[in-house]
Amino acid sequence: MSRSLVTLAGVSKAYGRTVAVNNVSLEVGEGEFVTLLGPSGSGKTTTLMLIAGFERPTGGEILVRGESVVARPPEKRDIGMVFQSYALFPHMTVFENVAFPLRTRRLAGPEVAKRVDEALAAVRMSGLDARYPRQLSGGQQQRIALARALVYRPSLLLMDEPLGALDKKLREEMQSEIKTLQRELGITTLYVTHDQQEALALSDRIAIMNGGDVIQVGSPLALYERPATDFVAGFLGDVNLVEGIAAEAARGLLRVQIADGPEVVTHGGPPLAPGKRVRLTIRPERLELGTTEQAGPNAWRGRIREVVFHGELVRYGVEVPSGVVLRVTRPFRGPDTLFARGEEIWLTSRPEDWRIFA
Amino acid sequence: MTGDRTHPLLWAVTGLVLTYLAVPSLLVVVMSFSGGLFLEFPPRTLSVRWYQAYWSSGSWRDATVRSFEVACVVTMLATSLGTLASIALVRLTVPGRSALRALMVSPIVVPTIVLSIGLYSVYARWRLIGTAAGLVLAHTVLALPFVVLNVTAVLYKLDRSLERAARSLGAGPLRTFTQVMLPLLWPGIASGAIFAFLISFDEIVIAMFVSGSNPTLPKLMFDGIRYELNPVVAAVSSQLIIVTSLALLGSAWLRRQTDRTRG
Amino acid sequence: MRPRSSWGQALVLVGPALILLVTVYLYPLAWLLVLSLTGGADGVVGFGAYGRFLESSVYLGVLLRTFRISLVVTAVCLVMAYPVSYVLSRAGSLTLRVVMVFVLLPLWTSILVRTYAWMVLLQANGLLNNLLRRLHVIDEPLRLMYNEAGVVIGMAQVLLPFAILPVFASLRNIDPRLHAAARVMGAGPWRRFRSVTLPLSLPGVAAAGLLVFVQALGFFIIPALLGGSRVITLAMVIETQVVDLLDWSLASSMAMVLLVVTVVLVVGFDRLLGLDKVWV
Repeated sequence: MSRSLVTLAGVSKAYGRTVAVNNVSLEVGEGEFVTLLGPSGSGKTTTLMLIAGFERPTGGEILVRGESVVARPPEKRDIGMVFQSYALFPHMTVFENVAFPLRTRRLAGPEVAKRVDEALAAVRMSGLDARYPRQLSGGQQQRIALARALVYRPSLLLMDEPLGALDKKLREEMQSEIKTLQRELGITTLYVTHDQQEALALSDRIAIMNGGDVIQVGSPLALYERPATDFVAGFLGDVNLVEGIAAEAARGLLRVQIADGPEVVTHGGPPLAPGKRVRLTIRPERLELGTTEQAGPNAWRGRIREVVFHGELVRYGVEVPSGVVLRVTRPFRGPDTLFARGEEIWLTSRPEDWRIFA
Repeated sequence: MTGDRTHPLLWAVTGLVLTYLAVPSLLVVVMSFSGGLFLEFPPRTLSVRWYQAYWSSGSWRDATVRSFEVACVVTMLATSLGTLASIALVRLTVPGRSALRALMVSPIVVPTIVLSIGLYSVYARWRLIGTAAGLVLAHTVLALPFVVLNVTAVLYKLDRSLERAARSLGAGPLRTFTQVMLPLLWPGIASGAIFAFLISFDEIVIAMFVSGSNPTLPKLMFDGIRYELNPVVAAVSSQLIIVTSLALLGSAWLRRQTDRTRG
Repeated sequence: MRPRSSWGQALVLVGPALILLVTVYLYPLAWLLVLSLTGGADGVVGFGAYGRFLESSVYLGVLLRTFRISLVVTAVCLVMAYPVSYVLSRAGSLTLRVVMVFVLLPLWTSILVRTYAWMVLLQANGLLNNLLRRLHVIDEPLRLMYNEAGVVIGMAQVLLPFAILPVFASLRNIDPRLHAAARVMGAGPWRRFRSVTLPLSLPGVAAAGLLVFVQALGFFIIPALLGGSRVITLAMVIETQVVDLLDWSLASSMAMVLLVVTVVLVVGFDRLLGLDKVWV
């Protein structure tokens, strides 16, 4: 485990009576790519601004390599930052933009030119030195912004929804470029986004935030498979949410009765008294559809209510006894593998794919 | 708008109103070239005698220099004070910000005659009557609102992340201001400066009370028309109109500069 | 923590301007207030000076006349400004720029230049009268100077741009799709004007009226020059009291009344309708 570069210890930020960041603790290891993920107003951008030094915390401590930086202004924090609006200086050329931090640090002319060229080459923007930002496309501007933030090799890279202004295809392209660049340089990166797909694709670890609190921190896989709350489960990817009452527990398996409906057998989790209300979730892609009767737990009859074609996926709405409609996604394997509306099928699922939330 | 044309009657009325607005001054410009002892339209003979009278007169020249010097200092003072204040008003979140803004812009609302007699009384005690400093201070108060309004307008449109980017790249507040903000703000600042100059140069009511035995150009003009219609004033007027036109052209050009640098 | 550092920055940035405003702006006004409340015969503090002002039929007459002239000027300006603003709001960009020159140049031209021009024009043997007599339209010269008519003509011209700009701004801000919608629903041009254009332009008209009225109240130069000693406005009386009669408490009480009326009107308007309509 690499040593921590950035440590947030009980950091809070309040504006008058509004609490934007509530007692957040987080450690970011050297070379790690950590994403702050959450809906608008979750406090993720404010947290980033606190780390950058544009806001001062009203409580808690921010440490970089063990030293407190709370009193240090942004220009002394050795950070590189990329913004959603690119923030390229409109009155400077691409070269002057990228050279800005080097000149600020009083590097000699030839050295500046060399480093700018290297930086532009790293983002595949060589040759655009003399252009002005307004002559470039959004994707190009963001690459230049990245080059500018990295050219002086800061110890920490902060990115505030940098791809938010780009269209989908470009976004995905840039995502993989950012990931590759980060790995090559090994630079510690803190990334803010509300796009869960982006977070899953880019991060070594994700910190999910909501309403100023950090709800859960973990690797993308851990958060996806073992969400701590139903909010996390619902935020990362699609999920079916069902309510039920716990029935008996035996040999590590718990039976939950869905109102007027089938029983779900799942791994218990914390011991629950029978009769307790619980919520259950399962990912749509973990439900299996079949035409033949299945045996075993969690095998239910169902009827296809809805079929939606999404190109590589098909989404089905399946009604099971008691009227609950579960969403099921399957990869698309050809038109003859599609189920039809109204068709009767068997729905199965493994006990370990269900999560319980009390 | 939606395709129907404006009624010709409306165009006629507009033409009349615009004539009412523009013609009197134009007539004065033409009449300033009258050759005779009095102003006439159309002038029977053309001559620049009134311009010569103006430029050869010590008192008119002194008054002009006075006005010009005062206006220059006012421009510098109002522009710097106003720009700094605007930055605070737009970028810093201090309580009482809107009250402060209202205070800075309020001189536009206060009737000048009221401020003038107040200053007359206070300056008498402070021995500032007849001094350039007194005029400069008073005119700066009048010019400040225009600088603040112009600069805050441009500042609001300036992307805040530009300053943040500069800071994150290692530039302190001063360098951020000079290398990032100022280049993008200067058209707005220059616009405010132009208006500050005009306001001070043309100001009459305060000058009436406070300029003492060192009159400004407007004060001398006022004296020249209060009891008689000195034709030299016509020559002065037409030159003032030219100065004003140049100033407005300058500010229009600046407005286009703002649109350009923001791409 | 944070509040302290931003207060420090704010102080450096705003401090110089504040010092200026306090010494050369707020202090003289406060001093006037003090003068208006003292300076009685035995230095008695009170509203004596205000009493002398508002209970005198002469001065009250001046106040009312000032109000009346300002109202007339405001009405004249609004009547002239609306058609011009309407035409401007529908003009192409070239016409707009040209006409704006006609509006902005007078706005920024020295008031003395414009007053002088009117004096030359409106005198008994001035340009206008000479022209009309030569065309045999009139026999006797029109008395347009040294009376209220001349003052109104001069003031209206000087204040007209202040009326045109807000009305123009409000007309231009009317969403053209509203007209399109009205047209689609079958409304003819006059109906569209009455139901869409006019009501939506009223805030601009109100702002224009406020701007003109409030400035007209405090006018000194034009009444003094174009009105001679026949048209006396409040500002002129104030000047006389200070320069000739040295009656500071009376003068300052008048100044305070003028100031309060102005501020109340402007603040009241801002509270009701908002002043952002005014700045184009």
